[in-house]
Amino acid sequence: MSASPSRAPAPSTEPIIEFVKVNKWYGQFHVLRDIDLSVAKGERIVICGPSGSGKSTLIRCINRLEEHQQGTLKVAGVELTDDLKAIEAIRKEVGMVFQQFNLFPHLTVLQNLTLAPMWVGKVPKKEADERAMQQLKRVKIAEQASKYPLQLSGGQQQRVAIARALCLTPKIMLFDEPTSALDPEMIKEVLDVMIELANMGITMICVTHEMGFARSVADRVIFMDEGQIIEQNTPTEFFSHPKSERTKNFLSKILAH
Amino acid sequence: MSAAAAALSLIPPRAPPSDTEGVIPWLKRNLFSDWKNTLGTLIVLALLVRYLPPLLQWAVFNAVARPDNAACRAIGHEGACWGVVAEKYRLILFGRYPYEEQWRPLLASMLMVLLIVASCYRAFWKRWLIGAWVVVLTAFFVLMHGGVLGLTPVETARWGGFPLTIMLSTIGLACAFPLSVLVALGRRSRLPGIRTLCVLYVELIRGVPLISVLFMASFMFPLFMPAGWTIDVLVRVQVGIILFSAAYLAEVVRGGLQALPRGQIEAAASLGLSYWQTVRKVVLPQSLRLVVPAIMNTFIGTFKDTSLVTIVSLYDLTGALQLALGDSDWRKFFLEGQLFVAAIYFIFCFAMSRYSQWIERHLNIGTRRK
Repeated sequence: MSASPSRAPAPSTEPIIEFVKVNKWYGQFHVLRDIDLSVAKGERIVICGPSGSGKSTLIRCINRLEEHQQGTLKVAGVELTDDLKAIEAIRKEVGMVFQQFNLFPHLTVLQNLTLAPMWVGKVPKKEADERAMQQLKRVKIAEQASKYPLQLSGGQQQRVAIARALCLTPKIMLFDEPTSALDPEMIKEVLDVMIELANMGITMICVTHEMGFARSVADRVIFMDEGQIIEQNTPTEFFSHPKSERTKNFLSKILAH
Repeated sequence: MSAAAAALSLIPPRAPPSDTEGVIPWLKRNLFSDWKNTLGTLIVLALLVRYLPPLLQWAVFNAVARPDNAACRAIGHEGACWGVVAEKYRLILFGRYPYEEQWRPLLASMLMVLLIVASCYRAFWKRWLIGAWVVVLTAFFVLMHGGVLGLTPVETARWGGFPLTIMLSTIGLACAFPLSVLVALGRRSRLPGIRTLCVLYVELIRGVPLISVLFMASFMFPLFMPAGWTIDVLVRVQVGIILFSAAYLAEVVRGGLQALPRGQIEAAASLGLSYWQTVRKVVLPQSLRLVVPAIMNTFIGTFKDTSLVTIVSLYDLTGALQLALGDSDWRKFFLEGQLFVAAIYFIFCFAMSRYSQWIERHLNIGTRRK
C-alpha cells in the first residue's frame, strides 16, 4: 500500500475521548489495567497487540458495548455511566465497524443504512434514503442498494457496514479488526475506503494488524499487551525504534511475512 | 490473458446429461433403483391392491349418504353410514346453539375464517389489518351473543361446535403469541425480578396438564372470587388456554432469540437503537423466522387441544359430536361421525402446515445466498 498523497490537516489538541485510570475485569480476569489515553479531535489512532491483549475491549468501552468498572471515561464531553440517555447520545456520535460486519441480513443494503437515521435520528424516509445513497456512493457500492447483505462479497459487506456507521454522521469512528475476516483480495477495497475517511478528518480509532495502513494514515500507533498500553508513538518512530522488548518481539512476528 | 492461461485450453460449460428428466428415469431412480427398493415398491403396490378397493367399497360405493336410519342399519358393516353426518351436521357444527338462530354462528365463523385467511398474506400486513381484527372480533361476539341489533340473546353456555373451536384457538393464539414474546424476552432480561417471574410462569404452567389448567379455570377460580363476582366460564377457559399455550410458545421463541448472533444486537446498540427498537427491528424479525416450523407446531397443537374443553362441559366440535351421538338411533355410527370431525380438524391443521412451509420460504428471501 502506498502512502496517501495528501495528509489531512494536523489534529487539534482538544480531547474528544479521555480515559483516566480505566480498569475492567471479566470475572477474575483483569482485561484493562489503568488505561490512560487521550484522543484529540480528528486524530487517527491504530491499536495493535497480540490477541487477548484487551484492544477490542478498549474500543468497545468507548461506545459502551462493554462497561468499565473503575476510572473515568469521557466521550465527546459526556462521561459514560449507567445513564442510558447519555449512552444513547454518545452512540449517535460514535460509529462502529465490526470484524464480522454485523449487517442485518433480513434488511436490504439500503434498509441497513436507513434504519438508525429513521428510528434514532427521526429523519424522514426520503431524506434517509438520499443520505444513504450518498454514503453508498462514497464506498463505491451504490448499485448494490437493493440487494441483501448475504448476496454480497465480504469486502462489499464491510464497505456497506462502514457506510451504515457513517449515516449517523458520527464524530468518531471505531474499527474493530475490520479486515481480519476478509479474503486477501478484498482487504484493499476496504482499506482504501478507510484511508479516504482518514483524509476527511474524522476521529478514527482502529484495531488492526494492517501495518501498512498504520504507517500511511495513523497519527499515533498504540501497542497493547496484557491489558496495558505498553508503548505509543508516531508510526515512523514506532516501527523504526520500538522501545520495549515486547513491542520489538510483536513487530518481528507480524512484520516477518 | 497470460501465456500460461492461453496455453491451458479452458473447458467450456456443457449441458447436463439429458437422461435424468422425465417420468421413466424418475421411476427408475426413486422406485426401482435396486432390488430392495423394487421389493418395497411391490409390497406397497400389493397392499394397495388388497386394501384400497374394500375401503372404497365401504366409504363410497356401499355407503348410505341419506339420513335414513333404517337403510344405515340394513347395510351394517358393508358400507359407511354418512347419514349420521347428514342427520346431525347442524348439531355437530353448532352444538346447542338455538336451531333457528344458527345462521349467526355460521356467519360469525365464516367471517373469522375469512379474516384468518386474509391475515396469511404478507401483502395485507398493514395497519388496517389490526382494525379489521377489531371489527371482525366485535362482529363475532355480537352475532354469537346477541342482545343488540334485534338479535335474541344466546347465553355462552349454549355456544358450541365449530364456532367455539375457532374462537378458542384463534383468540387463544392471537393473545398467546405476543404474551409469549414478552415472556421469552423477560427470561433473557438483565433484571433478576423479571427473569424469575418469567421462569416461574413457564415452569409452573408447563408442569401441569392443560386439563388441570382448565379445571382450575372452571371450578377452582370462582372459589377465590369475592362474593357476587362472576366471570363467564368461557372467558376463564379462554384465559386458561392463552396462558397455557403462551408458556409453550415462549420457549419456542426463546430458542429463536438464542440463535441470534450477539453481533446483531451489538450492531444495533452501536447505532444507538433503544432496547425496544432493537427488539422490533432487528431481533424479532430474525429470530421468529428461524422458529416458524416450531411456532406452527405449537399452533397446531393448541388448535387441537381446544377439544379438551369438553371436560368442563363446553361443547366444541368434539363435544358437540358426543352430543349428537347421544341419540341412541345413531350412536352405532360413531366411527363415521368421528371421521367427519377428524376431516374438519385435518383440513385446518394441514392448511396451517402448508402455510408454515410457504411462509418460511417467503420470509427467507435474502437470508440465503442467491
